[in-house]
Amino acid sequence: MHTRTLAQLAADLRARRVSATELTRHFLERIERFDRGLNAFITVTAEQALAQAAAADRRLAKGEATLLTGLPIAHKDIFCTAGVRTTCASRMLDNFVSPYDATVVERLAEAGAVMLGKTNMDEFAMGSSNETSFYGPVRNPWDRTLVPGGSSGGSSAAVAARIAPAATGTDTGGSIRQPAALSGITGLKPTYGRVSRYGMIAFASSLDQAGVLTQTAEDAALLLEAMAGFDARDSTSLEDPVPRYSQMLGEPWEHVTIGVPESFFDGLESDNAAAVRAALAEIEKLGATLKSVELEYIGLSVPAYYVVAPAEASSNLSRFDGVRFGHRAEHAAALDLTSFYMRNRGEGFGAEVKRRILTGTYVLSAGYFDAYYLQAQKARKLISDDFARAFRDVDFVAGPTTPTPAFGIGQKTSDPIEMYLNDIYTIGANLAGLPAISVPCGFVRGLPVGLQLVAPPLQEARLLKVAHHFQRATDWHRRVPADYA
Amino acid sequence: MEWETVIGLEIHAQLKTASKIFSGASTRYGASPNSQASLVDLGYPGVLPVLNAACVAMAVKFGLATSCEIARRSVFARKNYFYPDLPKGYQISQYELPIVHGGKLDVELEDGTTRTVGIVRAHLEEDAGKSLHEDFAGMSGIDLNRAGTGLLEIVSAPDLRSAKEAGAYMRKIHALVRYLDICDGNMQEGSFRCDANVSVRRRGTTKLGVRTELKNLNSFRFVEQAIEIEAERQIEILEGGGAVVQETRSFDPERGETRPMRSKEEANDYRYFPDPDLLPVTIDEQLIAQVRASLPELPGAKRERFMSEYALPAYDAGVLTAERALADYFETVAKATKAAPKIAANWVMGELSGALNRDGLEIGAARVTAETLAALLDKIAAGTISGKIAKEVFEAVWNGEGAIDEIIEKRGLVQISDAGAIDELVAEVIAANPAQVEQFRAGKQQVLGFLVGQVMKASRGKANPQQVNEALRRQLGAS
Repeated sequence: MHTRTLAQLAADLRARRVSATELTRHFLERIERFDRGLNAFITVTAEQALAQAAAADRRLAKGEATLLTGLPIAHKDIFCTAGVRTTCASRMLDNFVSPYDATVVERLAEAGAVMLGKTNMDEFAMGSSNETSFYGPVRNPWDRTLVPGGSSGGSSAAVAARIAPAATGTDTGGSIRQPAALSGITGLKPTYGRVSRYGMIAFASSLDQAGVLTQTAEDAALLLEAMAGFDARDSTSLEDPVPRYSQMLGEPWEHVTIGVPESFFDGLESDNAAAVRAALAEIEKLGATLKSVELEYIGLSVPAYYVVAPAEASSNLSRFDGVRFGHRAEHAAALDLTSFYMRNRGEGFGAEVKRRILTGTYVLSAGYFDAYYLQAQKARKLISDDFARAFRDVDFVAGPTTPTPAFGIGQKTSDPIEMYLNDIYTIGANLAGLPAISVPCGFVRGLPVGLQLVAPPLQEARLLKVAHHFQRATDWHRRVPADYA
Repeated sequence: MEWETVIGLEIHAQLKTASKIFSGASTRYGASPNSQASLVDLGYPGVLPVLNAACVAMAVKFGLATSCEIARRSVFARKNYFYPDLPKGYQISQYELPIVHGGKLDVELEDGTTRTVGIVRAHLEEDAGKSLHEDFAGMSGIDLNRAGTGLLEIVSAPDLRSAKEAGAYMRKIHALVRYLDICDGNMQEGSFRCDANVSVRRRGTTKLGVRTELKNLNSFRFVEQAIEIEAERQIEILEGGGAVVQETRSFDPERGETRPMRSKEEANDYRYFPDPDLLPVTIDEQLIAQVRASLPELPGAKRERFMSEYALPAYDAGVLTAERALADYFETVAKATKAAPKIAANWVMGELSGALNRDGLEIGAARVTAETLAALLDKIAAGTISGKIAKEVFEAVWNGEGAIDEIIEKRGLVQISDAGAIDELVAEVIAANPAQVEQFRAGKQQVLGFLVGQVMKASRGKANPQQVNEALRRQLGAS
């Protein structure tokens, strides 16, 4: 039952082959059995899940099922959930119970989804390995000595180990696609503004976008359909109507042109490059033309990102001061104001978060703003223009999702730059606000790697369709790590 | 050596909207602490600001009234600093691209001249909460009801040259925002606040001196006092061979001194950057046209009209149009009464303003309505009561003793216009004052005034003075 996709489970529920309660129980049992070794969940909401499942069963019995009725999913612990602890994997919010639901949580619940719990992540989504979590690292189901990627590593590990059929995530610089690739699953980051950011704890507001980590593109379409759309509470959310993504996947293949930036293969391990090239050849066979494209300024994406994202983060995280909620140091109330802030924040934040707050504060400071922040914004514009130019000739830009497969826990923690370079292929889509998907495309040394496809703004339907057709022709996404099969 | 004071004001006007600038919470003043702070105002994790369109329209209104450029695209920026009453750790404000800029305002000065003061910019921002340092024994209380209330910060050019000019400018802006109905102007409640940038320089030089910023001057009087005192302090330093330090200072009205708060070195680096949670504000011609159409008659135009339409002297027209509510009051009286507009003006500027000042009331709380005053003036015009008696009636109405007719009736104040009765009183006075009668007959005309006074006194003020005059002249054989 656990290897079935969301779409298959939805059919099972409607056909009454299984009840929502049975399904939920099954996944709660798997979490109970396997999560000790994975650490994918921060909070499991068993009681609430069973109550939601019972309600779903009543609806199913009345024939009133909606898009996701009875389907269990997990939420990244960055989304606020009313009455349920929302930690962002930080000591700062270890005691924080949100008084409200994020729009994503609200919409998925309205569509009938059952929440299994809240998944582990890098602290405040800052990281590419899930090692910066206050709750400890998440382990990769393919090899528990390795990282699952990050920051949505709890979500990717949970789906890869089939202890949750699907999960939400957020992607600021690759935080959905990179862990999806390293965990052997599908990860979709929609267009900036396609999904509301309301209730999603901000890391870098101009880059953050909610998305999904699933077994298949088809499942991603189902969830996106429920999550996406304008939200009056988020001024940056887009007003464009939401297509019926799940209905459009099966439409016949239309010829597409895929742009491949050759520079993306420079220095890529040969097995990894071969896997990505084979995947592109497969898509070519389905009826696509491959074309070489140049993204002239893409090399600036990592440095630009590591100015813009920390700058916004330094300001976004100022609200965590221990005054109204969150961590307050012992006896802090007796301190003078500056010491009060220093103790609360010094204790509440981990090392990587502090590094980014310091970097961000520095690049926004008088005398440095022009040299760093403004330059980075210019680079960002150049990168956006690069993609816009490429999309005049091609429908998608494709290449590897990551430079390497999963690496060892602790292997890169001492070198932040090496860690940051994990996102070299994914950051561009965030800087340009573009939708992008990572799909499993092969194995290197027994570890999954991903193919990334980037599309023009609001072309999620076409992106999902290509990925879906690719997955109908391949079975990489159906491979399950041996211990969890 | 003569010194010149150079002043620029930064005025914060709280916008008169029902809800806050970035949240739906109420802006009502005086609610119990933190009862009007939504999750957005509290800066909860995950929440986002959504701009209140009414604030934009109000800023445009102010811009149009001060001949400002309206930015077709303006940008909200974050001003970052830590303080417990600033929940997000940053204030959403505008920095490089304010909503309006480059305007001017003519300010009439006491000596009858007019100074044109440049409006450098006016930008939208959110107010902070309040820190309460009393009543919490060693701790501070935080009230976030005010947090997120929309503010328009109006920045003048350093065009003001004395404390009096600064006061006049501030009053003018105060009147204007109330005319425009974008701010209630209540200074006790902090709806209208002011910071002053003050420097001095030798008269005749053009280079600006080092300035200090005086914070939180919350009355017209304090603005004038603080500037006066600060300019003197700076002059004293400079004349003693010292140098003024650029710093932020506070004003202590009780001690009559300004005190340093923080120096330039200690000043925050606010790390402004565009707020990624908000889209740039775009303003199209249609909105500008709409707002333009909604503009009320402004003080200058109203003053001109009062002079031509009601034949009022320039001084009266100026006084009456200084506040929109006062002008409206006058106009209601002038339209409703049969008395001449100048009479109405005298009463509004005299009795009414006097009573308001005495009781410390705003015009909206006047205890004699414009309609009542108009009726009272009609009584004078009709000869029912004299002007003097009318003042007594006005007081009585003000004090809640009843309606006009009731009071006149109760106190027996109806004017004596009966010729027989008046003749009788006149005859009595003539008989009782033979010496004065003699003087009058000998040609001393001024004595007539005395005799009229005696008759009025005998009638307890109720005799029609015009008729008394005539009767006296007739009986003394002088008419």
